[in-house]
Amino acid sequence: MKDQKNIIQIRDVSKVYRRGVEEVHALRSVTIDIERGNYVSIMGPSGSGKSTLFNIIGGLDSPSSGEVFIDGFRLSDLSSRQLAWVRCRRIGFIFQSFNLIPSMTALENVAIARIFAGFSPAQARRDAGQTLERVGLGHRLHHLPSQVSGGQQQRIAIARALVNQPSIILADEPTGNLDLHTGEEIINLIGEMKAKFGITIITATHDMKMLSASDVVVWIKDGAVEKTARKGEINIEVGTIDGKTLA
Amino acid sequence: MEPTQPSAIHEIPNQYSIPWSVAFQVSWAGVRRRIFRSAITMLGVVLAIALLTYMFVTQNITESLVNTNDDALFILLQKAGVDPFSANRVDSMTILLITLSLITCLVGIINAMLMSVTERIKEIGTLKCLGALDSFIVKSYFIESSLQGFLGTLFGIAIGLLVAILIATTNYGRAVFTFFPGLAAVKSILIAAVTGLLISIVASIAPAYWAAKKEPVEAMRVEE
Repeated sequence: MKDQKNIIQIRDVSKVYRRGVEEVHALRSVTIDIERGNYVSIMGPSGSGKSTLFNIIGGLDSPSSGEVFIDGFRLSDLSSRQLAWVRCRRIGFIFQSFNLIPSMTALENVAIARIFAGFSPAQARRDAGQTLERVGLGHRLHHLPSQVSGGQQQRIAIARALVNQPSIILADEPTGNLDLHTGEEIINLIGEMKAKFGITIITATHDMKMLSASDVVVWIKDGAVEKTARKGEINIEVGTIDGKTLA
Repeated sequence: MEPTQPSAIHEIPNQYSIPWSVAFQVSWAGVRRRIFRSAITMLGVVLAIALLTYMFVTQNITESLVNTNDDALFILLQKAGVDPFSANRVDSMTILLITLSLITCLVGIINAMLMSVTERIKEIGTLKCLGALDSFIVKSYFIESSLQGFLGTLFGIAIGLLVAILIATTNYGRAVFTFFPGLAAVKSILIAAVTGLLISIVASIAPAYWAAKKEPVEAMRVEE
């Protein structure tokens, strides 16, 4: 039953919201397979259903119909406590606005995720320190988020996402709040983590810089998959695709 | 501990419950960061409990002084507006005043905590994305609110006691210390302490559960 090749399978997923009497179709029977160890970018303008799809993959939102499998497990079969376990141990979340706890230092922000995974506070702090060093923040352990730059805050968030050795990282517009150069650094760092630990990366983005790092790009438009492209194809078509999605 | 690789649905474990000590650290960090706001929330408790303590202890002192049957003290008592013959009962106005101040304090804490939750919806969502269970959110908000109530009660009792003794001493002189109603005052302080703690616990329940009901997807919301 376990699919060794595909870590995430999205099968015919639709999502309908009710806004008063009006029905909003955020997703229309989306089917995507995501291969283990791939870097997948989900592209699309705001309102395309990109965020909804992303939230459904993370188990943050449930589809109106269709199924989502992570590692062969149907998300809807899991109890809320099992889902919390999956979110804690299998998925690392990275957010556009970093979402660090402002009252906690870099080390504490990373350690809390480790504590949620059942480790003792002392062990969690040790692991958090090591992970922060790995993302190049060994010298900022005891700084509050407000005392470091945006790029460094996102690095803390990446360390927090990595500390429990997840198999999937879900990054929602990870470069959205960063300048061009810092954004590039963050993309490279995420790519590095993919290469080093074989983590599957899924980003929702409209940052064109993501394209070159991606193995697969999925374009979402009006709640449906408009196009899927693999690495080789992206480079050739980048000009036309650019014009299309930016329009 | 290596990440386990469950191969069947029942092998996916339930998420761990996080111990109170961790929730305490998270809440304490939150209180420390919002120290000014926390202090204002606390001030409500301080004032209500100080009033309660002051009223009760003053009552204890006058009662004790009346019971001495000392003529010189009686003159001082009458000067201070105490009727020596009804000094042993608390009048209904006092009770009304205390009740009102306690209710105001209760509403104040609930209001402050609800604001604190609204302000941190994203933080709660993020913690849930990291694997926090509802129970962890309940714990940490419950601790935050109780902590403010506990400290407020402590300060309130100290201030109420101090003011009661200060005013009694200016009115009646050193006799206050000679005839200080130790046991009765301790009883009053205990009542104030229990009342303060009870109020802060009752006030924390609703906001804590409201906080825990927030969805993890709130973490994704981007402020414009």
